Amino acid sequence: MKRIGDKIGQTVIWMTAAVIVLLMLLFLVMLTTESGLSIQRFSWRFLVTSTWDPVHLIFGALPFLYGTVVTSVFAIIFAGIVGIPSAVFLVYVAGNRLRTWLGALIELLAAIPSVVYGLWGLFVLVPWLQNTGEPFLAKTLGFLPLFRGMPVGVGYLAAGIILSIMILPTITSLTRDILLTVPNELHEGAYALGATSYEMIRSVVLPYARTGIIGALMLALGRAFGETIAVTMVIGNRPEISGSLFSPGYTMASVIANEFTEATSQIYLSSLYEVGLVLLIFTVVFYALARLLVARMMTYRKGGASE
Amino acid sequence: MLRKSVIFTAITMAALAISLAGCGTAGSNGVVKSTQNASGTAGASGANTLTGAGSTFDYPFFNKAFYVYGQANNVRVNYQSIGSGGGIEQFIQDTVNFGASDVPMNSSEVAKAQSAHGPVVQIPITLGAEAIAYNLPTVKQQLKFTPDVLAGIYLGKITKWNDPQISAINPGVNLPNIPIVVVHRSDGSGTTYIFTDYLSNVSPNWAQKVGKGKSVNWPVGIGGKGNEAVAEIIRNTVGAIGYVELAYALQTNMTYGLVKNKAGNYVAPSVKTVQAAAATKPNISPTDFSIVNAPGADSYPICGYSWVLLYQNQKDQATKTALVKLFTWMEGDGQKQAASVDYVPLPSNVEQTALTSLNSLK
Amino acid sequence: MTSMDMTKAVHWRKTKNRIFFGIIVILTVVCVLPLFMILGYVVYRALPGFSMGFFTRLPAPTGIPGGMANAIVGTLEIVAVASIISLPFGLGAGLFLSETRAVKIQSFIRFLTDVLSGTPSIVIGLLAYALIVAPMGNFSGFAGSIALAILMIPTIARTSEQVLRLVPVSLREAALALGATRVQVWMRVVIPTALSGILTGFLLAVSRALGETAPLLFTALGNQFWAKSFFAPMAALPLQVFVYAISPYKDWQQEAWAGALTLVLIALVLNVLARLIGRTKR
Repeated sequence: MKRIGDKIGQTVIWMTAAVIVLLMLLFLVMLTTESGLSIQRFSWRFLVTSTWDPVHLIFGALPFLYGTVVTSVFAIIFAGIVGIPSAVFLVYVAGNRLRTWLGALIELLAAIPSVVYGLWGLFVLVPWLQNTGEPFLAKTLGFLPLFRGMPVGVGYLAAGIILSIMILPTITSLTRDILLTVPNELHEGAYALGATSYEMIRSVVLPYARTGIIGALMLALGRAFGETIAVTMVIGNRPEISGSLFSPGYTMASVIANEFTEATSQIYLSSLYEVGLVLLIFTVVFYALARLLVARMMTYRKGGASE
Repeated sequence: MLRKSVIFTAITMAALAISLAGCGTAGSNGVVKSTQNASGTAGASGANTLTGAGSTFDYPFFNKAFYVYGQANNVRVNYQSIGSGGGIEQFIQDTVNFGASDVPMNSSEVAKAQSAHGPVVQIPITLGAEAIAYNLPTVKQQLKFTPDVLAGIYLGKITKWNDPQISAINPGVNLPNIPIVVVHRSDGSGTTYIFTDYLSNVSPNWAQKVGKGKSVNWPVGIGGKGNEAVAEIIRNTVGAIGYVELAYALQTNMTYGLVKNKAGNYVAPSVKTVQAAAATKPNISPTDFSIVNAPGADSYPICGYSWVLLYQNQKDQATKTALVKLFTWMEGDGQKQAASVDYVPLPSNVEQTALTSLNSLK
Repeated sequence: MTSMDMTKAVHWRKTKNRIFFGIIVILTVVCVLPLFMILGYVVYRALPGFSMGFFTRLPAPTGIPGGMANAIVGTLEIVAVASIISLPFGLGAGLFLSETRAVKIQSFIRFLTDVLSGTPSIVIGLLAYALIVAPMGNFSGFAGSIALAILMIPTIARTSEQVLRLVPVSLREAALALGATRVQVWMRVVIPTALSGILTGFLLAVSRALGETAPLLFTALGNQFWAKSFFAPMAALPLQVFVYAISPYKDWQQEAWAGALTLVLIALVLNVLARLIGRTKR
């Protein structure tokens, strides 16, 4: 009797995981069928064309792909640099009370609606960037092609910053939880060997937590790829590829959000769906590559929670 | 595990309780009060909830008008702004009683709707106009713009404020030698449609290169999502120029310019000048609806209509009566609500055209 | 090495330690700074709009005092149902990922979960539209819940997996040795041990769901009035905030900010409640 109940229980669990597979299949089917018209007309050129012309009905996704990559990479780098050390602070420096309250405070960032991020970005961040931030960067780091051009406030930099803030709580909270699970023996062993806290964290804790932290980064990156409203309010929405972070840009999620509710011609809608499909495939390719990278890293190191 | 199930039960209970409570309080502490007056008799044959969706532009006007209507009649109209495209789609799918769109349905959309649910009626419901807003703190006078200058700016040909073309039409104004930062809408919108329709009308170059549409391939400029973003970018950037809905410009006290109309006069956007433009073409129809660059001394050249979509064949009498009653009022007394939210009421000759179409509902 | 060198080496290591922690503190401040800036800004804009009326009145046209009572209740309902739906599926998937020994399948499903988490919220809304709204023939709060649940599942699954994995094998084996079935091991040992981490993931997902607008556009649609039922168009805070925020009217914009602050407060209350409940379990 117990065995049957157990079997049923196990099957139920396995089925819940199957739902995820089902959902992905549904997405794939939906996006592919709806993009059919666009795929027919533009085929592979869709991925390399930079024109997005809803009047003459010529569509190409390249600038959006570029924008998504630039803003997300920027966001993950910044959020990683700020978030992971903050998690270290929470676990190794803060006392219990501070850890709870500060942690809760950081998690609160996740609850702020995207539209509010967009509005804050528009009213506070963009003017500041335009008048202070970007001119400063142009003066100090202007020799880099990243910081050229006229500062208008909106653009890749604004979008990147907003995205970083949006994914911070994910990275910090999850890293904190992962760090909290490092067994005491590891800490104590390191101390017993005479390590300073820094050395212990660097040589013992982080390698142990490495996979988990990367998992957190991946999850956060997922949100960055798909973030719509906040980005679109501060990115300038210009489908143009530019090397400078000051320039206005466009992301795949933004163009869908901007134009979907108003698009009425078949090929236009179909092209927007195809952008969604490209985003899906891009996410797949990206994660696949990231996994290969992680697998490579794992072969050089032993120990830690195995993948 | 016990804790968890307790929490879940509590949440489910709360959710159930709230939805029951919500249904119960409907109408009693809501804004729409149930009236006990004579119009209650209409309840016998009138449907008392209608749903509509579509144009974001129409939203403030509809919101006000439907509220006033709801106070006097026992009807609740729920209108949600999901965009004109969304409105057309939901109309075709028949998930709403009426749709609203800034641009009437084109022939293929009409065909789709027609084949599914019968003939379609499209009536003009309100007017929209665009102000040309700019940010030049050192310029005290109200700037003048001509069609050529506007086209030149948006095509990227005119790049500095002290360009001779601009100073020629603004004699005596000290225009600064700073770059023009062009701003436009990034989201598809009827506002963009009207503006690009205007540019296509006055500039063959624009018509050929870019064309008109709710979204276009802008040669230059930054895109702001929604009037709010466009206005904010203009506010923060010295040298910026952009087009915003009139209601927006008025409500937020933006600086906007005068535009030269077809008759050669420089006019400012206002209820009067927009109505003047609309009145020059009373027989507008879903296939011939553009009123940009209208003739007439007082006409403002950058304006256009917004439309409501209805099916001629309604499923039941109650809904039909309710819809006809609602929109007859909207085309008549309802237009008075427009001014209070800075929208432009339809001129009376256009109201007549709309009412005639409305009467074809069976 | 001489003892002089030793002391110097130790000294250098200690200095490195101090520098490291100094940087950590600075970065933590940087981390918390945006929170104060943004929250501060929201509070500053929202406070003038906070009143009893805001919480009890229904939306009204500009110029007439209105509120977001229906949107607040709507959001609570929609997110509550979304949570109830997504938690079992997310947790189940997380359990599957941490327990299964079929490496290939596990890798594949984890991969799919990551991809799902990267889907733009508007696309999720479109799927929910195709699955629920179109067949039903009308918009509903229920469709909104489904859309939000799809949004939440990957976060819950991945975070649950991470923490479930870290439950020591010894604990599981001890339970099995005592004669427990696998399911009992999960329910009585593994999940309770990892509860705190699961809660974090769940709260992150809920917080995000509270503030999402795009998935609700084509599912819940929104409503001026109280929804006739959960299976009819329903108002939600992010929708209402969005529509009002982009309008030109000062009173509506004021209400939008008040709505935004309400959302954050709801999330705060949920977070605190959940933490308290989670803590007493220990």
